[in-house]
Amino acid sequence: MSDLLVEPSSTSHAQRVIGGLLRSREIAVLSVLVALILVTTFKSHGFLFSSTGWRDLLLTPSLLLILAVGQTVVIITRNVDLSVGSILGLTAYLTGKLFSDHPNLPIVAVFVIGMLFGAALGLVNGVLVAWGKVPALVITLGTLYIYRGAFLTWAGSDRINASDLPKDFLKLGTQQVLTIPVLTIIAATVLVVVGYVLYTARSGRELYAIGSDPDAADLYGLPVTRRVLLAFVTSGALAGLAGIVYVARYGTVSSGAGSGIELQAVGAAVIGGVAIFGGSGTVWGAAIGAFLLVTINRALPILGISDFWQQAVVGALILAAVVLDRVLTLRQERQLVEARDR
Amino acid sequence: MNETYQSTTSTPVLELEDVQKSFGAVRALRSGALRVQAGSIHALVGENGAGKSTLVKIVAGVHRRDAGVFRFKGEDVDFGSTADSKAAGIAVIYQEPTLFPDLSVTENIFMGRQPLRSGRRIDRGAMYAEAKSLFDRLGVDLDPRRLARGLSIADQQIIEIAKAISLDAGLLIMDEPTAALSGVEVERLFQVARGLRDEGRGLVFISHRFDEVFALCDTVTVMRDGDYVGTDVIAETTVDALVSKMVGREVGDLFPKVEAPIGDVVLQVEGLDRAGIFHDVSFEVRAGEIVGLAGLVGAGRSEIARAVFGVDSYDAGAVRLSGKPVKKHDPRAAVRAGIAFVPEDRRKQGLVIQESVARNVATVIRRGLASAGVLTGRAETRASGPWAAKLHVKTSALDMAATTMSGGNQQKVVIAKWLATEPRLLIIDEPTRGIDVGTKAEVHRLLSDLAGQGMAILMISSELPEVLGMADRVLVVCEGRITAELSRDEATPERVMHAATHRDDKEALPA
Repeated sequence: MSDLLVEPSSTSHAQRVIGGLLRSREIAVLSVLVALILVTTFKSHGFLFSSTGWRDLLLTPSLLLILAVGQTVVIITRNVDLSVGSILGLTAYLTGKLFSDHPNLPIVAVFVIGMLFGAALGLVNGVLVAWGKVPALVITLGTLYIYRGAFLTWAGSDRINASDLPKDFLKLGTQQVLTIPVLTIIAATVLVVVGYVLYTARSGRELYAIGSDPDAADLYGLPVTRRVLLAFVTSGALAGLAGIVYVARYGTVSSGAGSGIELQAVGAAVIGGVAIFGGSGTVWGAAIGAFLLVTINRALPILGISDFWQQAVVGALILAAVVLDRVLTLRQERQLVEARDR
Repeated sequence: MNETYQSTTSTPVLELEDVQKSFGAVRALRSGALRVQAGSIHALVGENGAGKSTLVKIVAGVHRRDAGVFRFKGEDVDFGSTADSKAAGIAVIYQEPTLFPDLSVTENIFMGRQPLRSGRRIDRGAMYAEAKSLFDRLGVDLDPRRLARGLSIADQQIIEIAKAISLDAGLLIMDEPTAALSGVEVERLFQVARGLRDEGRGLVFISHRFDEVFALCDTVTVMRDGDYVGTDVIAETTVDALVSKMVGREVGDLFPKVEAPIGDVVLQVEGLDRAGIFHDVSFEVRAGEIVGLAGLVGAGRSEIARAVFGVDSYDAGAVRLSGKPVKKHDPRAAVRAGIAFVPEDRRKQGLVIQESVARNVATVIRRGLASAGVLTGRAETRASGPWAAKLHVKTSALDMAATTMSGGNQQKVVIAKWLATEPRLLIIDEPTRGIDVGTKAEVHRLLSDLAGQGMAILMISSELPEVLGMADRVLVVCEGRITAELSRDEATPERVMHAATHRDDKEALPA
């Protein structure tokens, strides 16, 4: 009866899950990450097996991980958010100001205010993209400069120092629970929550649908504008959270805070298998990508590779990820055309 | 289900009366009408541009009507979005299936309406099970977990139908669903459609293939030029009666081609073949001759033209210009050989829309104009002036941006651009699409003049009057093959339409 191009698979569910895992980008990038850590640890045992080594391994990527998760939500909808670095900087400065001007403010309240502030900046992006019908690349490139400019105007040559901040807050930056840094736990919580929503909520699945084919999403009657708005607000809120984490981690904020990190966030997502044209990829992959990017930067000096090459390696990774995707897609398409003409 | 089953006196599922819709100055629908009864399959037929798709899009909530009556299940409705129409129980299967390639077929069916568990979580188990039972019911063996990417068109349509069933749609509209299907697949689709009809749903079936219309449908509505022409019970009408209703238009108001002496063979195409696109295409175009390439949208006419010009490659065959072979898949070689190509979408493919008229006219010949590699605006203006004047391009100055001009003038600029290369063959795809009636005649006069000067012209057109009025010879393409070659005297609307809708070499359809 059926006349299928591609035979339905006769494999069991378990086989399919295992096969899917073996082919998944997440596993591939994770393997690279593990190999990198092993090689570096072999060269210098302290990289993994000292208390600071272990802590830094987990702590350093936390910031980028949060941004990469937010970036993934946006990229999935076939958009991009380049303003996250500036949002991070602005929120970091706001956090410092809140603590120095209102020393009695509870830390939780600062977290809430910071994330709401980031969400508001994200909303501006979302509104411009959703109603302006201008590519997100251009819109967020514009707001990148506007937010950074607002930051410079507001802060001037002022900077936030550790002495302006409450001790409890600074402790968050170094505190560990069962050897796991608190900031890492925050990042992991964000990852799990967003990952869960994307996988199992209707709104999450609709983000994938919109990125997969925006025109089809319109014809399907999906609330495209609302969802795109939601993606940018999420990204903004997470960039705000990253700003607070930045202050807790470094204890100091100058006007350059977060500058350039937006491209690392995009890079982490791309390396982690998030398709730049939307519709596919997971936050898990992006998180591993963020881990890999940060860890490479820490590992290469230990392996005796110069600064210049560190940047080049990151670039090569991104290119390799994109080329790999392209090759796989082309191969798949060719197979399908052959099947059709058979 | 019996109470909803067809009876001519019951309230129709869908009623459209005197529906109007304009896009800017273009009136896509003057007076559209359609009545669909529950438990019946209704065919909607008409030439390209008759307004069928616009009518469907109004029902689907893509467009909003300007005026007219629109009732669904007896109630007046006015859908502001596709979501509204879907919520009311209308499912539309578009010509090109609209699926999300990166998601599983199951998610494609249930997107936005997934079954939920506690905490508003998607119940994947239930969703896959439901998809499986839908596929079983439709008699297809599809893995509910596979991605939509790479599905054949037939299977994509099955997904769309599964979507419609799971919506429990009272009305299902299928816009040329069989265009890309093989005989077996068409049969499967028809079985499904009849099953849905017998459940008491209303179906609208848009098709150019009369054999299918007669095999499947109960009633038929004909549209022409945005107007409702008439509705018949299938059993009481014939193909000829439908065709004459569809065409019923005079060829008179167009500028007819002036007789020109026909010269030597300029273009010779032999056995051109491209897998899945066109097959064994052979024809000639002589100097002074206009050859019309007629057929339905999607029949492969533009693809043949693109292959001749070298934009696309082909698998087998040869193209010769004045006896000399033209290198395949090399548009620059084609230009050097003397071929000019005016594409279908002039704004996107024919013009640098923001640039000046002079610059546009000079694009193809820019190498010859440049001195020492530098191309000056003055040289462009000097070179393009005579051509623009010759074609009466109405721009006060040559440095006006092309985007500000009317469609007719834009088309003339594109033609001027190519005339500057002094081609021997002009391939022109839909020469007057989107051009107002007055300017149409001017474009036609221009083509006629060019043929009179000995140029060979290959004209693709979906407008029958244009083909019949302009072409010395008509080649009809149906599904990638040339199904008829008609001289000017032999070419009647009925014969062209017949050839455009019948692929004689394919398997017969099931009754």
